[in-house]
Amino acid sequence: MTVSRAPTVTKAVPRLDPRALREEFPAFARRGRDGRAVAYLDSAATTQKPRAVLAAVREFYEQHYGAIARGVYLLSAEATGLYEAARGKVAHFLGAAAAEEIVFVRGTTEAINLVAASWGRANLGAGDEILLTGLEHHSNIVPWQLAAAAAGARIVVAPLDGRGDVPLEGVERALASGRVRMVAVAHVSNALGTLLPVARIAELAHEAGALVLVDGAQSAPRMPVDVAALGCDFFAFSGHKTYGPNGIGVLWGRRGLLAAMPPYQGGGGMIERVSFEGTTYAPPPQRFEAGTPAGPEAHGLGAALDWLSAKDRTAVHAHESALLATACAKLSALDGVRLVGTPRERVGAVSFVVEGAHAHDVGTVLDAEGVAVRAGHHCAQPSMAHFGVAATVRASFGVHNDEDDVERLAVAVGKAARLFAR
Amino acid sequence: MSELDSLYQEILLDHYRRPRNFGALADPDRAAEGDNPLCGDRVRVEVRLDGERLVEVGFTGTGCAISTASASIMTELVRGRSGPEARELCARFQSALTGGGGPEALAELGELAALGGVSQFPMRVKCATLAWHTLRAALAGGKAPVTTE
Repeated sequence: MTVSRAPTVTKAVPRLDPRALREEFPAFARRGRDGRAVAYLDSAATTQKPRAVLAAVREFYEQHYGAIARGVYLLSAEATGLYEAARGKVAHFLGAAAAEEIVFVRGTTEAINLVAASWGRANLGAGDEILLTGLEHHSNIVPWQLAAAAAGARIVVAPLDGRGDVPLEGVERALASGRVRMVAVAHVSNALGTLLPVARIAELAHEAGALVLVDGAQSAPRMPVDVAALGCDFFAFSGHKTYGPNGIGVLWGRRGLLAAMPPYQGGGGMIERVSFEGTTYAPPPQRFEAGTPAGPEAHGLGAALDWLSAKDRTAVHAHESALLATACAKLSALDGVRLVGTPRERVGAVSFVVEGAHAHDVGTVLDAEGVAVRAGHHCAQPSMAHFGVAATVRASFGVHNDEDDVERLAVAVGKAARLFAR
Repeated sequence: MSELDSLYQEILLDHYRRPRNFGALADPDRAAEGDNPLCGDRVRVEVRLDGERLVEVGFTGTGCAISTASASIMTELVRGRSGPEARELCARFQSALTGGGGPEALAELGELAALGGVSQFPMRVKCATLAWHTLRAALAGGKAPVTTE
């Protein structure tokens, strides 16, 4: 990742300074149970917020707050302008063709539900298939089960291998049925850290006449994302996992696909004309944004994407990958610790178990040592079942983490392993 | 004692490693299942009664150190008590963990005192009470599995 592919041009990737970055997060001023600053290793669940984002949200409320696209007064005009400017920033962040392809939603979960419900209602029929992979988050499983049940369609799954990768043969085999209409895949597994070859999966899907939705909740904060290069049809991510506010997220969809989809929710802001005899709907993206828009949250997300992009997303990827490699090496070297999932290419997270100890007990020991991790099934119970575990401990990384955090993780896990050794 | 040492006391670890009354009963009069959806823990509690009295209590399932030790200690503590006595013990345990009484309120509850450290870790109180809720459900004779959520 440090050198561009062009033979004659090399581009140096800037290095992040996590210690300086940490100063930008007010949350890291507080102490954990051990009296030290918290080693926050749960960014895959949700990220802490840099001051720039908090300031943007506050500025919107204090200086520019009004109803979006509804008022004729100055504050409303400013609020509307900031909301639409944020849409433009998201389009730029994803390499989208136009801002009109960006739908603001509450998060990745709502984005996937929107496509499953709206696209599914218009396009899925009896006998159709929706292809998922064995490592999907529940939010990329359950909405499709609901849509499949409504349409009489079926869920088919491209399985995981022993490492936690999804072999392309499984995708090809499933597509060979000729009945797959949608392939919904994670870009990066939240539970295992697996990076999926979504560009190749999209090629295969399109050859088979299926569309592709990418769950980008884990990739958007961690690596450059270009929807045109990925070749997908829909892409979803969450603001709160991308250093932005809670309650805001993004669905990107190809303009023609969104234009052909019926509304998801009905309400204000998504109509052209309403009468009791019938209603005509606004074009996308407004068609899918019923109700008063989340202006401060969208503005805060725009600030987060500006902030993250200024760090250079290639540098972010390189920084977190180096920490992950160290973490995997240190954890593997501990007696009684086993990594769950050893994918060929890993982004963001590492899952592991400690012999003789339940993941929640390990999580509590780590908490007492000031190390914040996720312990549980990570809303990915099929992945857990694949590896024969009920739960794992997961450490995940953000721009503010450094080698000290990795060392504190390893020391605390070692302590847990000794405590619970039988 | 650090928070961690007070949570994972030797008594607790001993009940986790060698849970008492772990296994299905041959001929239970009452049984119930409990789930903690947060962590996927699952416990089944079975009871043999002689009139009002709990003559044998067993449990099966998978869980963390706290839920396993709590279930193990529970099976020993409630044995020989009446249903209402067991329910009252359950209520005292619950309020000691959540009401801020801490280890002092537990002191008179025998080995349950070893679970007092849980009160410092609010996310883990449900682990400690799962088996107790399940016992209460078994005694009430309900059919639906209980859940901590």
